[in-house]
Amino acid sequence: MNPVNYLYLAALLFTIGAAGVLIRRNAIVVFMCVELMLNACNLAFVTFSRMHGNLDGQIIAFFTMVVAAAEVVVGLAIIVSVFRARHSASVDDASLMKL
Amino acid sequence: MSFPLLTLTAAVPAAGAILTAAVPAARRTAAKWLALLVSLATLVLAAVVFVRFEPGGERYQLTESHAWIKDFGVRYELGVDGIGVALIALTALLIPFVILAGWHDADPLETKSSRWRPTQGFFALILMVEAMVILSFEATDVFLFYVLFEAMLIPMYFLIGGFGDRAHSGSDENAAAQRSYAAVKFLLYNLVGGLIMLAAVIGLYVVAGNFSLTEIAEARANGTLEMATNTERLLFLGFFFAFAVKAPLWPLHTWLPNAMGEATAPVAVLITAVVDKVGTFAMLRFCLGLFPEASKWATPAIIVLALISIVYGALLAVGQRDIKRLVAYASISHFGFIILGIFAMTTQGQSGATLYMVNHGISTAALMLVAGFLISRRGSRLIADYGGVQKVAPVLAGTFLIGGLATLSLPGLAPFVSEFLVLVGTYARYPVAGIIATTGIVLAALYVLVLYQRTMTGPVKEEVRELPDLRVRELAVVVPLIAVLIFLGVFPKPLTDVVNPAVQHTMSDVQQKDPQPTVPNVEAAQ
Amino acid sequence: MENLIALLVGAPLLGAAVLLCGGRRLDKSGHWLGTLLAAVSFVIGLALFADMLGRSADDRAMYQRLYTWIPVEGFQADIAFQLDQLSMTFVLLISGVGTLIHVYSIGYMEHDERRRRFFGYLNLFVAAMLLLVLADNYLLLYFGWEGVGLASYLLIGFWQHKPSAATAAKKAFIVNRVGDMGLSIAIMIMFTTFGTFTFGPVLASTGEASQGTLTAIGLMLLLAACGKSAQVPLQSWLGDAMEGPTPVSALIHAATMVTAGVYLIVRSADIFNAAPDAQLVVTIVGAVTLLFGAIVGCAKDDIKKALAGSTMSQIGYMILAAGLGPIGYVFAIMHLVTHGFFKAGLFLGAGSVMHGMNDEVDMRKYGGLRKYMPVTFVTFGLGYLAIIGFPGLSGFFSKDKIIEAAFAKGGTEGWILGAVTLLGAAITAYYMTRVMLMTFFGEKRWENDPDGNPPHPHESPKSMTIPMILLAVGSVAAGAYFEFAGFVEWLEPVTGFAHGHSPLSAATVTAATVAVMVIGVGLAYLQYGRRPVPVVAPRGSLLTRAARRDLLQDDFNHAVFVTGGTHVTRSLVYVDHTLVDGVVNGTAAAVGGLSGRLRKLQNGYARTYAVSMFGGTAVLIAATLLMRAV
Repeated sequence: MNPVNYLYLAALLFTIGAAGVLIRRNAIVVFMCVELMLNACNLAFVTFSRMHGNLDGQIIAFFTMVVAAAEVVVGLAIIVSVFRARHSASVDDASLMKL
Repeated sequence: MSFPLLTLTAAVPAAGAILTAAVPAARRTAAKWLALLVSLATLVLAAVVFVRFEPGGERYQLTESHAWIKDFGVRYELGVDGIGVALIALTALLIPFVILAGWHDADPLETKSSRWRPTQGFFALILMVEAMVILSFEATDVFLFYVLFEAMLIPMYFLIGGFGDRAHSGSDENAAAQRSYAAVKFLLYNLVGGLIMLAAVIGLYVVAGNFSLTEIAEARANGTLEMATNTERLLFLGFFFAFAVKAPLWPLHTWLPNAMGEATAPVAVLITAVVDKVGTFAMLRFCLGLFPEASKWATPAIIVLALISIVYGALLAVGQRDIKRLVAYASISHFGFIILGIFAMTTQGQSGATLYMVNHGISTAALMLVAGFLISRRGSRLIADYGGVQKVAPVLAGTFLIGGLATLSLPGLAPFVSEFLVLVGTYARYPVAGIIATTGIVLAALYVLVLYQRTMTGPVKEEVRELPDLRVRELAVVVPLIAVLIFLGVFPKPLTDVVNPAVQHTMSDVQQKDPQPTVPNVEAAQ
Repeated sequence: MENLIALLVGAPLLGAAVLLCGGRRLDKSGHWLGTLLAAVSFVIGLALFADMLGRSADDRAMYQRLYTWIPVEGFQADIAFQLDQLSMTFVLLISGVGTLIHVYSIGYMEHDERRRRFFGYLNLFVAAMLLLVLADNYLLLYFGWEGVGLASYLLIGFWQHKPSAATAAKKAFIVNRVGDMGLSIAIMIMFTTFGTFTFGPVLASTGEASQGTLTAIGLMLLLAACGKSAQVPLQSWLGDAMEGPTPVSALIHAATMVTAGVYLIVRSADIFNAAPDAQLVVTIVGAVTLLFGAIVGCAKDDIKKALAGSTMSQIGYMILAAGLGPIGYVFAIMHLVTHGFFKAGLFLGAGSVMHGMNDEVDMRKYGGLRKYMPVTFVTFGLGYLAIIGFPGLSGFFSKDKIIEAAFAKGGTEGWILGAVTLLGAAITAYYMTRVMLMTFFGEKRWENDPDGNPPHPHESPKSMTIPMILLAVGSVAAGAYFEFAGFVEWLEPVTGFAHGHSPLSAATVTAATVAVMVIGVGLAYLQYGRRPVPVVAPRGSLLTRAARRDLLQDDFNHAVFVTGGTHVTRSLVYVDHTLVDGVVNGTAAAVGGLSGRLRKLQNGYARTYAVSMFGGTAVLIAATLLMRAV
């Protein structure tokens, strides 16, 4: 099967993720969409690794997973504490910088 | 390693500024005396520089050079030529009188508590300005000059905004608003100019690879550093714009009347007689020295602007109702003469322009400080509030008249020599410009004499009937200035001796020769 | 002997410095010091004169060089003096008449509390005037030129508490500055043409310069002369200058300073000789002023302003003569000197009359004073006879020569100029007779002063009458002395001299001059001697009314320059505030408005920031791809 199709899929997933990040208000959903974007990148890395015949892409994909895991830990903790403080998980409510 | 004389001339007032600022709040008078002594010490050092400088020697003398920011080739490089020496002497000469004239300008108002500190700040800031101005006349590193050029805005900003003229019309809040408007306007104008200059400074580094004035000028002269015509012109414009704001040249002049009107008279003198001179000085040293071809290219436009400044400033001075704004517009007219002289590119014009910088400093100081004494007595800056002062305070009126006569360039007083040189130098190359500039002498007579007539002559107004004449401290300010004006008016040789070789160097920078007389061999007929 | 030249200037200069800086300590003795130092100048002048007479005619010029004034490459201006026969004539006139007027002022200013300062200013004037005539280059001459302008300003405005005096002083200085502009432009042209402005080299090389250049220099010098010598169109200040104390009017605005323009033209003779066009303009200016001043003089009721009109007119004669070239220079100077005597005498007489009449200046309120002030009457009368050209008195010799030279100009010009000078002589006789009759003859028309004190006309003190007597002697004898002692031969080495070929014989001209004088005197006698003089001036004809207002020239100046100028400056102040400042403030406002808009983007919503990051990244990637594609 032509590996380019995987790239199309990755682009599609990335776009869905990005749209979610930009449009949705719920912090959890935004968070999940960020994960989706990260995994879309992972898919692209692995595909490139296959296409170029070396392992660099796969190694970076592992790195991404580790970073994503760390991010989930910190991010979820922040979301939970924000939710406790404001009783809302909407990103728009956390706009202290706004005048 | 020779003795760092030049650094010392700037370090002494800088250290003095810090010491003055550190004087305890209650010891106000001690701070004043300290500031005065420091300024006198600086004057002595400047005199040493003046004497040690050999007019016939190297172009830049008493040089010092240390690495400063190695990665960018920025050096702490000092050196003076004749023009710098003359202006250092002017600055060091004027500051003691500025301090003495402003002796009570920053005294606490009765409503303030005894912990009020700005008196110390006022004198510390003046010394700080002195240090920076002197150092900027000495800097031969473009970057160092730029830093000083911008840094001196900070103390000036506080001097204008923080210590306003107590003689104002309207409420205190209104006056404070006007003052901060003037200070912000001063700062913004000069910052914009400075930013454009910064771009040009960086551009120069990109082209030349270092910041040293002497090295770049040398490389340009012997052809190892080629600049594309457009690059040179853009860089020139960047530098010139900053200097034209500071000088100030029409139409970038509008900050000056506000700043001089709102500041106290000594600070106004500091602005127009000292700080603004950095602008015209830099035109001579940096614009002509680094970009000779572009200077020649821009000359016609600059001459037109200078002529507009001369006539326009003088006409506006005639129409002013406020004494200090009148002097400010008169200064704009005089700066027009200075810039005209610089860009006429003749020996007489440039010597005249350099002398003009010195003479204008002294004459404006004399006129403005006496005006300040007058204003502080009556509490008003409006010309219409005075009349008949001559009868009540003849010495004040007499010194005011001499200051005015110097401003209108009466022969026998120093400004005549410089103004005439500028006119002759301009006429030799651009006859029409010379004739237009000559109308300035009629207009100068108009604004000076109208001012004198309205304030000093006529029936004595009720409000000025009790005006005291000049006091000893005030006489100590005015008399030496007038003595210098007369001395340099009849015997300017000490100054021209120093200035002439520097002008020759500048003339060879721009590769210009004086126009020759059309009738040759006059000497033979003699 | 040469080394004494600087002392000529130095002595009065020292006096000015001491008197002006000396303070009240000198109030009691200051006037003696001032007079003494002026006299010192005169004595030195006499000594130098004696020395000069002892030399041969070609070897009389003396030089003294003090130091280089403005040493700039290619531009050497020296403080250096040149004393030749022309300068010598002026030195004696200035210091001699000057000393007499110092003496006169001792009495005249006796009750003025600022007398010390008055003498300081007078000394300053004498110093500057001597510097003017002794300078050996045009720039130093300019120094003196402006110096006398300053002294004139200070002295016209001496009674500064009077707004009219302060205004007159300012006006005199500013109008003079217009003339000074001419002088500085002339010096600039000289410098670019000859590379120097020292008299010797400039005047020696006029032959090599182009006609156009020389004409330009000549016209600019003429402009300067017009300002200083109150010639049309810059004459308007002289009438107002009579606000000054009378000794000032006598010394500065009659005898010496106002004649500086004539000196300048005669000194620059070589330039004018080589520029006939400029010479023609000089004669026209002289002729116009000669009539202008005379007409104004006929209409004024203020005794000093009538004399000022006369001064203007007499200087018109001199300028006209100077414009005639070598046939006229000597006579211009000769008339200048005789005029210095009789006009100073007339002014001092007028001052003496005012002194006795509570400072009244309106001649309609005089009358019949000859019995009360005999000395003043006799000295004034001699001055009067001299100025109208009564045969045998000094004015007769000098004016007659000018009229003769005007005819000798030749061609139509000569006839016109000759006719004008003759007409001027008639009008001179008319207005001077009018002054004489209104003041010393007829009924008493005295009025009380504003405080209600009736005038007590009395003869003035000795300190005032003695100078008047000496000047009267000069007015009588100077002309004949010059005529027979060889004034022409004395000045010829400096100014050059040529005999004109008049179409009329000398005797005819003299007869005509005497005839027109008699007509003028007769007319005035019919009008003012036979009939009583009304105390309130009659309305008069259109010309009279115009002449009272200086032929409307002042109104023109006021409308065009003062009112127009005020409007220009007012509107410029407005433009500066709204337009020039407005552009900058507008830029600032625009930046402010833009930043207000941009601020709205920073709304604090994380998603908005995310959009901008995303958009930015997208743009970057697109740009990168595009660049690679290209």
